[in-house]
Amino acid sequence: MEDFFLRALGGGIGAALAAGPVGCFVIWRRMAYFGTALAHAVLLGIALGFLLDIEPILAVFAICFLLAGCLVLLERQRYTSVDALLGVLAHAVFAAGLVVVAFMERMRVDLIGYLFGDILSVGAFDLALIFGTAAVVTAVLSWQWRNLLAMAVNQDLAAVEGVPVERIRLLLLFLLAAVIAVGMKIVGMLLVVALVIIPAAAARRMVTTPEQMAVAATAIGVVSVIVGLFVSLEWDIPAGPGIVLAASLAFAGSLLIPVRGRSRRDG
Amino acid sequence: MDLAVRAGEIVTLVGLNGAGKSTLIRVILGIMKPDDGAVIQAPGLRIGYSPQHVHRDPILPMTVRRFLTLGAPSPRKKLEEVLDEVGADPILGYPLAEISGGEMQRVLLARALLREPNLLVLDEPLAGVDVTSQSELYQLISDIRDRHGCGVLLVSHDLHLVMAATDTVVCLNRHVCCTGRPQTVLRDPEFISLFGPHLSETLAVYQHSHDHRHDALGEPLRTHDAASDGDFHRQG
Repeated sequence: MEDFFLRALGGGIGAALAAGPVGCFVIWRRMAYFGTALAHAVLLGIALGFLLDIEPILAVFAICFLLAGCLVLLERQRYTSVDALLGVLAHAVFAAGLVVVAFMERMRVDLIGYLFGDILSVGAFDLALIFGTAAVVTAVLSWQWRNLLAMAVNQDLAAVEGVPVERIRLLLLFLLAAVIAVGMKIVGMLLVVALVIIPAAAARRMVTTPEQMAVAATAIGVVSVIVGLFVSLEWDIPAGPGIVLAASLAFAGSLLIPVRGRSRRDG
Repeated sequence: MDLAVRAGEIVTLVGLNGAGKSTLIRVILGIMKPDDGAVIQAPGLRIGYSPQHVHRDPILPMTVRRFLTLGAPSPRKKLEEVLDEVGADPILGYPLAEISGGEMQRVLLARALLREPNLLVLDEPLAGVDVTSQSELYQLISDIRDRHGCGVLLVSHDLHLVMAATDTVVCLNRHVCCTGRPQTVLRDPEFISLFGPHLSETLAVYQHSHDHRHDALGEPLRTHDAASDGDFHRQG
């Protein structure tokens, strides 16, 4: 196998490792639109990266974290609903990204790669960043797992039981921002939310505990990356969409799994 | 307003919708910050809380066992004991989304108890519980108080049961209207004007006086200042 293909495989698997468990929380807490808003910020990050001559993916991290912070602050005001707020911010940052891009001649060529992902161009630096992110995300999730889960079930109950609700919310948003930033390299900003949501959605019917769901989502993501990449190599289709389609097929297949009714079982 | 819950005492908040019961509870629990004033918790206070409604979302796979351990990690044996104590069937392995409303109230109580609280805060613990189980559940709360010696702060609008198993009733109508032993509060003219004379008559035992009236907007008006009876609150 060619080196570039192995790096692509590694990068895709790394992104899936980070996206699986975070995706579960995105689904449980109904934060899909947060992911979409963060993905819209990717373009501005890349453009600023080129403009200021810093590594684009690092600029994407910075912009996503900034947006996550803005969201948390703006959520406190009560005269705009959260979904409207997300719509405003997502499109404002996207428009800003387009404006900055318009100033730069050489960006136009690369734009397609960032919109739809360019997994076959994953380099050594990207690989290190992706696996570093996956490691940090997994470590933070394990460390705060019970708090995150308690909040996903009931925020008031968690708060009374001593969970620092505000901080954990921000933490989850930062984790999501990090996953979006690295996932963007794999499937592009238009499809990156799919990498987060679809494996977790596909996992739901296969499991009975939240921990199982996180593991299953990760596994489905990894398998989708492998299948998608090999299919794209075999049939010469674009890799990012191939991966997303593979995950979508897993979701469609999961719909065939019967939902278990109430049954007496041992805990 | 001024509100105290002593160890081993059951205090019930009653009041119509919009009276501020849930807001008061949320402020006491620290979920909401008061606009004015302070909530001072005794050092070492451990609160066990059972919210009015926990949305059980099938999107999140969650067994009763996992739900119970979210508040305080506990070995299986302890979980079984506490489920038994609250009178629930051995349902540790059940999906949370599929147990009945009555079972859920017991599971919430169990989760609160696992934290070994010295104050139990129960918001509408009878919601979704069928009538026959309601008095049973009330008896259970009273038993738990006796066994654990904890203070219990209840929110309820089921007045029959409130009167039967409460030490102190606090009647809210955007301020503390009247407070005292159940029989006393029942004859309070404010209580009667809130809940209607019929209910009070069926539940009442004897008479008591009160320290303020309400104007047309429901704001309290002082009729005489120093309430000598310890049952009364100070508005503030």
